[in-house]
Amino acid sequence: MTKIVEPLIFELSSPGRVGAVLPELDVPPADIPAELCRADLPLPEVSEVDVVRHFVRLSRMNYGVDLGMYPLGSCTMKYNPKVNEVAARLPGFVYTHPYQPEDQVQGNLQLMWELQEMLKAISGFAGVSLQPAAGAHGELTGILIMRAYLCDQGETQRDTILIPDSAHGTNPASTSMAGFKVVEIKSDERGNVDLEHLKANLNDRVVGLMLTNPNTLGLFDEHVCEVSRLVHEAGGLMYGDGANMNAMLGIVKPADLGIDVMHFNLHKTFSTPHGGGGPGSGPVGVVEKLVPYLPGPIVDIQVVGEEEHAGHAHEGEEEMVEVFFRLVMPAKSIGRVKTFYGHFGVMIRAYTYIRMLGAEGMRRVAEDAVINANYLMAKIKKVYPLPYDRLCKHEFVVEGKLKDAPNVRALDISKRLIDYGVHPPTNYFPLIVPEALMIEPTETESLESLDHFADAMLRIAEEAKTNPELLHEAPHNTPVSRLDEVGAARNPILRWKPAE
Amino acid sequence: MAIKIDPNCYYTKSHEWVRVEGDEAWAGLTDYAQDLLSDIVYVELPGEGDSFKQGEVFATVESVKAASDIYMPLSGEVLEVNEQLANAPELINKDPYGEGWLIKFTPSDLSELGNLMGPDAYEKFIKEEEEKGGH
Repeated sequence: MTKIVEPLIFELSSPGRVGAVLPELDVPPADIPAELCRADLPLPEVSEVDVVRHFVRLSRMNYGVDLGMYPLGSCTMKYNPKVNEVAARLPGFVYTHPYQPEDQVQGNLQLMWELQEMLKAISGFAGVSLQPAAGAHGELTGILIMRAYLCDQGETQRDTILIPDSAHGTNPASTSMAGFKVVEIKSDERGNVDLEHLKANLNDRVVGLMLTNPNTLGLFDEHVCEVSRLVHEAGGLMYGDGANMNAMLGIVKPADLGIDVMHFNLHKTFSTPHGGGGPGSGPVGVVEKLVPYLPGPIVDIQVVGEEEHAGHAHEGEEEMVEVFFRLVMPAKSIGRVKTFYGHFGVMIRAYTYIRMLGAEGMRRVAEDAVINANYLMAKIKKVYPLPYDRLCKHEFVVEGKLKDAPNVRALDISKRLIDYGVHPPTNYFPLIVPEALMIEPTETESLESLDHFADAMLRIAEEAKTNPELLHEAPHNTPVSRLDEVGAARNPILRWKPAE
Repeated sequence: MAIKIDPNCYYTKSHEWVRVEGDEAWAGLTDYAQDLLSDIVYVELPGEGDSFKQGEVFATVESVKAASDIYMPLSGEVLEVNEQLANAPELINKDPYGEGWLIKFTPSDLSELGNLMGPDAYEKFIKEEEEKGGH
């Protein structure tokens, strides 16, 4: 990483300097009421070259998947193929406008329809809406669909959602947003949902259970079908958190596990940029009985000219069938959850990814992601305690606690990893593992880069014993060293102010 | 660093303490809990006059690691909350049984103390937790 200390753009400001010169006004000025006008606009006064150099210098201090491994557990920071960007920049997509009539944007609608179909094939669901803007938005959407369905069934007394303690942290937040209560379900000693604890909490107040599978320990629930059966028997619905879909692509369909609603994370599983490069996209898939409640509009295919041609095709003549794609609102839709049609640019990238890989490629993704995670787990578990020691899926969680270095914590290990040129894993999540380090290499890392990470982890464990200060003060090779996270949280300075 | 346990308190399995004095009681987080959470940066407290049952969430604390719910050790009505924590949440880290108290309340049923642990039982409990490795 390059060592530069870069001032804020406001500090680069020089009075009177401009980056663009506008032509003189040659039309009558707009009549804006005086009380709506402001006299001062304290923006930085900089030239074009100041701006370009400032942001290029900042970009050289940045770290991303294009620079190195990014094993941030739960986030699936896989490499984002550049062909996705080529497709998303095709002029036919770039220059369409959401207010154009359907007959002018058939190509865009066809892409959306095909993406809906592909996600249905991957998941086994009967319907998909591409509307939600991100994962947690998909969760909220899914819960609102469950609520609408149960209310329609007259089950208005249901007000509680069960969430295992190994679920994603957004699940309880989405539940609260939807106005429901959360009851936490414990994990058993193998990291599965504790069936006895689940049974004790099932009753006619339960809306459903939100299952992250594989869970945040990277473990596939060994009783998932039994969990679904019990929840359904109690009249509840099964929500699937699809954030960890990368481990299941082409191998297991969530609908076959008894999941009724699930969100996909196009920005995780389907290789669209995220983490500052987003936006995300969180399509929701549902089983047949929930299709009428999907948020709209969704894209439907209509076969035109079928009636005119039916039976009239002469021998040797191909039957003329034309299709028309249209936007429809499902019959009992919970309504819109996003302006226009969701994040279309992200859909193009995910569509490209799926088409480039095909069905076989999808399966390879999951297999390689799982193999990579198990390879790393086997290499580092000799040194880092592994609380649930069984085959993992796409990620695993170790404890950042070392036997001979009692004062070293997960945070110190993570900060030291930065010095080795690797992005740290997720820290302190899931909460059921003390000093958690949650590691997800993804399928896009080579053997060399996996070895580099494992070697760095093992060397850090050695350093923790021989020179713990090195870890406490890490990172050393960055523009700024250890940041005061406590100070930043207790006394945040949220905006720049000019010096008095 | 040895974990401190106040001999005048009762304890929950979720690491809250309660100290009863006459008709009133104080509740807070144990030394073990603040050590696990690390530096506390924000505390959300209930309103005065709010009532909670034993085991219900009455507050949330946020550390640099995580946000955690805090459970009511005994049923009762909140008389006073520790206003100082708004500007100085670190008091919980520095003095969990003293200046870092969370609420003062009127317990409604002292027989519920039977569901809690005394100082010796709590000491044993956290030792077991440590050995298990999880929490």
